[in-house]
Amino acid sequence: MAYGTALAALADPTRRAVFERLSGGPLSVGEIAADLPVSRPAVSQHLKVLKEAGLVRDEADGVRRVYEVDPRGLAELRSWLDRFWDDALAAFKAEVERSPQPRRRKKTR
Amino acid sequence: MNATTAPAYIEPVRRTIRVQAPAVRAFDVFTAGMFRWWPATHSINPTKAPIAEIVMEPRTGGRWYERGADGSECDWGRVLAWEPPLRILLAWQIDAAWKFDPSLVTEVEIRFEAQGPLATEVRLEHRKLDALGETAPGMRAIIDSASGWSGLLERYATEFSSP
Repeated sequence: MAYGTALAALADPTRRAVFERLSGGPLSVGEIAADLPVSRPAVSQHLKVLKEAGLVRDEADGVRRVYEVDPRGLAELRSWLDRFWDDALAAFKAEVERSPQPRRRKKTR
Repeated sequence: MNATTAPAYIEPVRRTIRVQAPAVRAFDVFTAGMFRWWPATHSINPTKAPIAEIVMEPRTGGRWYERGADGSECDWGRVLAWEPPLRILLAWQIDAAWKFDPSLVTEVEIRFEAQGPLATEVRLEHRKLDALGETAPGMRAIIDSASGWSGLLERYATEFSSP
């Protein structure tokens, strides 16, 4: 597939678990690894892939590094829906206005 | 140090359009007539059968599903509120591999406000989108679907994969 990274990043179940772990807020590699049956280096590797896919971002928090869901990635999802509804509503409007109006009727209510 | 600790929150998608038709008609076309305007390519039926019909059962608690030309049915969600001709609230429950998933709930609310005998303002809000971001399957569904729908994913992926 041509649209590699984001899709591929979440196709791996362990990586998906790492990503889901972050839905409650930022965590360090150690905190993530503590909850999963995976080594720290493996978690780091998964985080690297998620980061490259735009799904998470990292930041220094004092001496440690924490990872969190990247809102820009989520914003991208939202903007996709935004465009989806634009298209759908435009088609809806066209249909409402295109089809013959029902026979003109007297006020019924 | 806690500047980034807020949980992810996705703003609802809000859209307003005006249509030149009575509210009753706008409501009817949106619901019973959905098949007439819903982009035919936006099917989620795993059988890949073309959409023969989109059914929104006209009652609170009703199903919302597509029926394929092969007779198969594929759920999209549920009718959470049915208040003709003013309002519909739908549960949009589309999950991994672009399938119906009752555990995933985002809401689509559509309000119809008459602004004259032949003018209606239609306001749509797609909300509780965090459900998409919080579960990877939901997120993947969106990504998957974009690929099949309109190539928007190409754009999406390019942003992340370009060197």
